[in-house]
This record gives sequence, C-alpha cells and structure tokens, in this order.
Amino acid sequence: MELSTHWRVKKQRYALVGEVCPHCDEKIFPPRDICPDCGNEARDTYNFSGKGEVYSYSTLYDAPVGHEEQAPYTVALVQLEEGPMVTAQLTDLDEQQPEIGMSVEMVTRKLRADGDRGILVYGYKFRPVLSAI
Amino acid sequence: MTHNHDVNIIVAGVGLTPVGEHWEKSLRELALEAIVSAMTDAGGLKPQAMYIGNMLAPALSRQSQLGALLADFAGMRGIEAMAVEAGGASGGVALRQAYLALSSGLVSTAIVVGVEKVTDRVSNEVLTAQMTSSDADYESVHGVTPTAQAAMLMRRYIFEYDVPRDAFAGFSVTAHANAVTNPNAMFRRAIKPDTYAKAGIVSDPINMFDAAPLADGAAAVILAREDVLPGKLPHPSIRIEASSTSIDAVAIHDRPDPLVLEASKHSLDEAYRFSGYSAEDIDLFELHDIFSIYAVLSLEAGGFAKKGEGWKLALEDQIARKGSIPICTFGGSKARGDTGGATGLYQAGEATLQLQGRAGENQIQDAKVALVQCLGGTGATAASHVLARVDTG
Repeated sequence: MELSTHWRVKKQRYALVGEVCPHCDEKIFPPRDICPDCGNEARDTYNFSGKGEVYSYSTLYDAPVGHEEQAPYTVALVQLEEGPMVTAQLTDLDEQQPEIGMSVEMVTRKLRADGDRGILVYGYKFRPVLSAI
Repeated sequence: MTHNHDVNIIVAGVGLTPVGEHWEKSLRELALEAIVSAMTDAGGLKPQAMYIGNMLAPALSRQSQLGALLADFAGMRGIEAMAVEAGGASGGVALRQAYLALSSGLVSTAIVVGVEKVTDRVSNEVLTAQMTSSDADYESVHGVTPTAQAAMLMRRYIFEYDVPRDAFAGFSVTAHANAVTNPNAMFRRAIKPDTYAKAGIVSDPINMFDAAPLADGAAAVILAREDVLPGKLPHPSIRIEASSTSIDAVAIHDRPDPLVLEASKHSLDEAYRFSGYSAEDIDLFELHDIFSIYAVLSLEAGGFAKKGEGWKLALEDQIARKGSIPICTFGGSKARGDTGGATGLYQAGEATLQLQGRAGENQIQDAKVALVQCLGGTGATAASHVLARVDTG
C-alpha cells in the first residue's frame, strides 16, 4: 500500500521543505543530507517559498497506472526562485498555454490515485501566478 | 594507439535476433535464441560466466534471478551468472561486468546476453514499469513519463539554441533508411522528411518519429581473453579498446545543466582516454536514440559537435552511412527497435559486424574503430565501449 513511502516525504510534498547547506548556503530540494554542491553535511531545514518559473514543460496523453483519470495533463520542470529545480504537474492552466519562463506558484493537489481502493497521494503542483488587475 | 591492457579482450561471437512482437516466444526462449546464435558464431566457444542485460523482467514477467534462469535454460548449470540492471544501459553495463571479469583474469570466456520481453503486458503497465528508471519519489510520482521527460528536454533545447523544429527529422530518416537492409529490424521502410513533418504529436514537441518503439528482442556477444582462444576464430578479431560506465543524478531536475548528459560525457571521455582514440578516429557511433533528443545530446557529449550544435549533424547528413559520423547503422533503437536492457548488446553486436566487414548492405566502408553507448533513464547511467579490429593501430 506504500503508505509509509509517502508519509516519510509529506513535508516535502505538502510544504516544499528542503535543506540549506551551512557551508556554502546552497538551497537543497529535496533534502539529501549531503550538499550536492560542496559535498559537506547539510541538514538544516529550509522552507521554500513555492515560487518559481517554468524551465520546460510538455503535455502528455498516454498516462501510466494511477494517472489515467488525469490525462491529458501537463508536466513541467520548475526552477524554484531559490535555485533548485523540481518536476511537477502544472495545474489551473484553464485556457492558458504554458510557456518557458512563466511564473508559477506551488499548490497542493492530488497527484495520483492508487486504484479504486488504494491511497490518494497528494503533493505539490504549480499554477500560473495570478496577477492582480 | 595505446592499449592499456596486457591481454586483448576479444569479441569472439555475435548473436542478433529479430526485434518485434514475439507472442509465441517467452523471455527465456528469446534469450536462448541469441545465446545459441552467438555461440555458433564463436565456433562453439563455451562461456564460463554469463551476464544478462535486462531492465523489465521483474516488473513485466514477474521474473528475477535471470542469471540462474537463463544460464540453466541454456544448459549451462554450474557456471556463474548474474543479471545487471541499469535502466536502458543494462546491456552496456552487463558488457562492462564481463570486461572487468575477463580483465581480472579470473574468467577467460564470458557471454553477455541482453533480453527484453515487453509484449506480455498492456501498454500502460509497460509504461509504468519503464518509469522505475526515474526517481520514484520525485519524478515518477508526478506521472512524468520517459516520453514527457525527453519532450521537456527537447523543448528546452529548441528554445535555448533556436533550433528549427524539423531539424530533428534527419535522425529518424537516417535510422529508417539504415533499417531497410537489416533483417532483424522491426521497421524496414524508409521514411521521407515529409512523413516526419506530418507525424502526430505524442508529447509535444515529440512526434511519433522522434520516439522509438519498445519491443521484444535478444542479442548476445561472447567475449574471450585472446590468450585462451582455441586457435583462429571464424571471423576477424575485434578487440574491446575501452570500457567505461558512469552515473549522474537520476532526476533531470537534480542536474546542474539538464541539456548536458554528464554521465555520457564522462564515460566517453574516459573511453577516449583509455583507448587513445578521439572523436576524429571514430568510424561509426551506435548511440542511444530512443528519442531523437538523446541522439543529439550524445553526439555533443562525444565531442562530435559543440554544445547546442548536435542537431546540425543531421541537417548536413553527417550521420548517414556516407557521412563523417555514421550513427544507428542498422537502424538504431528508432527503426531496429528499442529493446530496453538488450539495447547495449544489439549495439555491440552491430558494431562488431561493421568492424568485421560482415554488415552486408549496411557496411560502413573501412570501418576500423567503433564507439558504442547506451543510456539509462534520462541519462543517469552511461555505458560506453570502444571496439576496433585487432590489426588497427
């Protein structure tokens, strides 16, 4: 049922909690305890703002198991404003065409349904930043 | 050229089987066909060790422990055998293990078999299994597929380097042209650039012809230390000049520059360094072309084009059989067919046939040095080998 797999990373999935390296100040997501930049130990918690921009994206139609109901959907590589990049679905696009460089912000949505009786996995998606009129 | 090993590691035999939807053949039967073919080609040379390249059998056939299963099925109880998994690079990494064993001197002859059986499951189960080569917790959980990942890289590449969309057509056209005369290829009809331009979109900007079809297949090579060969082999001796594997972050988003295949670059640099050959010396490159963007990035990683210019090699037909750097000389994954963990063995086998002058109508004239590379996932693992005729250098 893999409940524990998702429970372990809930802070990452629901709140984009990562780490900051005390040696080189690199922001790290997801947390990995060893800084990928300088190689030193990095365990200090860091809360990402959820703001970023689209590095690239694509809309897919052939969905894997667990995502069939969502198809078609758009996935993206999002560069968080603090530096790290994440993979996530784009959501709330409505009629808007995604664009490289588009400003997006994190929201929490259903990622996957593990069958009729399986668990629902929630986590981060990104929606276009709504600009004030 | 420098040769950094005391004893030549020779490719003593090649066994390639047709790629396709083999409803009537099981995983073990597919493997056996390739094993028998390779052993016959090697004049009956018996391997002491078997290395299997496979990525999906546990998920799709509910079958693990392929080393024991396939060695036993081939009548080789008592030898040592293991399966090697590294996503789409499984075949190349399996070849690497055989090379290491033979170099150590503790093994004298080895067979490396790549096998993949994907037609026993419906397509979205296959897709889900393929996604295990990505980062489960931070990529696959979001529903991003190998196609969508390649699409994102391709889109970004087009954006950064201002590449015309139809620039990628040449990769597909070349692959299909080369497969016409490959009896083992899944697709044997040439396509026109026009066909490419009109192809349906799979995951934008990737169209049907940017993506290779996944199908059943098996290929094997027999390796031997030259000092134990029982006399002359039936075919010219091909030596493994270099063997190098490398890894990078599994997730695209963890790489400093997603448009540089660092694992590919590093393993190719090592292979060049070890063999003493450089890009200019390479007569053909069997590269990873399950999506055309990977072919482009592999060419850049291998120093055949500058960063952001790999796509130009297709425009000028440099990648065609008569070009400066022929690729996919038997059709590549695109037209021969993508056989997952078996890819590395089809590549090594095809490169060997080229160097031995046994490539028939696909023959690259005067082929002396071949470069072979397969990738795992979106480039997280790269396995590279340089092969050359023994009388070269």
